[in-house]
Amino acid sequence: MQDDNLFAGLSRRGVSRRDFMKFCTAMAATLALPSSFVSQIAEALEKKQKPYLVWLEYQDCAGDTEALLRANKPTVAEIVLDILSVDYHETIMAAAGKQAEKSLMDVVKNHKGKYFVVVEGSIPLKDGGVYCCVGGKAAIDIAKEVCGNALATIAVGTCAAYGGLPAANPNPTGAVGVKEAVGGTVVNLPGCPVNVENITATIVHYLTFGSLPTLDGLGRPYFGFGKRIHDNCERRAHFDAGQFVRKWGDEGHRLGWCLYEMGCKGPAAYQNCPTMKYNEKTSWPVQAGHGCIGCATPNFWDTMTPFYKRLPKVPGFGVETTADKIGLGIAAAAAAGVAAHAIASSTKKKESEEK
Amino acid sequence: MLKRVYVWEFPVRLTHWINVLGIASLSITGYYIGNPFVHAVSTDQYIMGWMRFIHFVAAYLFAVSFLIRIYWSLAGNKYASWRVFNPFSAGKFKELKEITKFYLFMKKEPPTGVGHTACATYVYLGLFILFIVEILTGFALYSQSHVGFLWKLMGGWMLSLFSAQTLRLYHHLIMWLIIAFSIAHVYIGWLLDRAERSGIMSSIFSGYKTVEEE
Repeated sequence: MQDDNLFAGLSRRGVSRRDFMKFCTAMAATLALPSSFVSQIAEALEKKQKPYLVWLEYQDCAGDTEALLRANKPTVAEIVLDILSVDYHETIMAAAGKQAEKSLMDVVKNHKGKYFVVVEGSIPLKDGGVYCCVGGKAAIDIAKEVCGNALATIAVGTCAAYGGLPAANPNPTGAVGVKEAVGGTVVNLPGCPVNVENITATIVHYLTFGSLPTLDGLGRPYFGFGKRIHDNCERRAHFDAGQFVRKWGDEGHRLGWCLYEMGCKGPAAYQNCPTMKYNEKTSWPVQAGHGCIGCATPNFWDTMTPFYKRLPKVPGFGVETTADKIGLGIAAAAAAGVAAHAIASSTKKKESEEK
Repeated sequence: MLKRVYVWEFPVRLTHWINVLGIASLSITGYYIGNPFVHAVSTDQYIMGWMRFIHFVAAYLFAVSFLIRIYWSLAGNKYASWRVFNPFSAGKFKELKEITKFYLFMKKEPPTGVGHTACATYVYLGLFILFIVEILTGFALYSQSHVGFLWKLMGGWMLSLFSAQTLRLYHHLIMWLIIAFSIAHVYIGWLLDRAERSGIMSSIFSGYKTVEEE
């Protein structure tokens, strides 16, 4: 049964008013809104009808679902999403088989244009989409119907947003992101996995303002992906100073210096990891001593590798041949050519002088 | 009779020497940015900060110098004109054959001429293309930390076509090509200075060459 509003559902689960207001404040902060919006968010969550939400899962590792469920105690955000996603979620719903598929179609039929779809995982298009089927139907056909009749689609994780790992070279299944597969209104929340706070914030934005957050050129909301990781990194001071980790476990690594030389892709990656962090703000890769791999970037598996080197490998050369080795080779060849020419030139001159 | 010819006008010499300084400082600081070979001992230092600052200032200087040279290829004398760099102009291939023969010791004397040799014009055309790619990829990478319409226009648009890492790789590789060019460039200057006896080496300071009157 659907509760009348979000807060009623929350208080029944033992969430206090204080915790609820803390949640609303956190959401305002995530959305980069001033604190004056907290009461507006609280009002919206108290009064508005909860939107229906279905969660579709295609070519993925269920990592985004894991991210949603991994909290060690039920957080407000988790409960909110739990209430929202009660209608259909392949990994966690109780229903199975035809009944489950029926409940999905019921939402599509009865709440046309009023429900959210969260898609996790990429959609294969090759060979008529046979590489991913649910209940005998191809993912692309289900997605077209479910996303096509939805209020909006939220693509969570890099696979759903841009194809992700299944779409990495050579992309055997012809995997693409949801926007490319079905079009329509799609909010991309990439990341490997998605940061759950960003899903919650997107929905809270809709409930509060009646519209989706402003998106950038890659379909990502500015509140979550408008800032570069490098510019907000807690290790940035070490970068500017010139203090770098050179080997895993060396002095600099133990002192928490910059991971730039270890191939950190923070300078080319955009997400709110440094401020939002993961798992209830416990930590994030750089804080844990591992460089950013740019997981929220389209095609990151192809373009951000090798993850532990600054520069990609030079096309057409072996893995160990770095740009600097090739460059030094070119410069050395020029110097050698010059030297050879100079020697030949002076011998010739001597010969002609002797004559 | 020998006569002195004013070949390299002031803007040509000026941009040449800005390029020399620019390429040297951009290569050193750029290499540091890609591979920080000096490490700070204390957080008070600002080594990477300074390297990046110098790199960016030198980059602006280099880009402006490139624009001045483009302008001067329209406004300058016949040795500076864009027409010199037209790869298909009449007689160019023949001249190229002549100068190549000289470089390969098949001819004792270099072909006579006052401005750039045919070989040089082809190489410089390629070099200008490398400069353009270097400037565009450079500003594309710069636009990641300096958000704004101007930088989007000057190169940031490339990020919607290529990944930042791809741009970074080619920005880095082209540096080595330019270094290789510089080595050959200085050597050939010295070689021709000896062979032509026209004062080509001093001409890039004074602007004048000494040539046989025709």
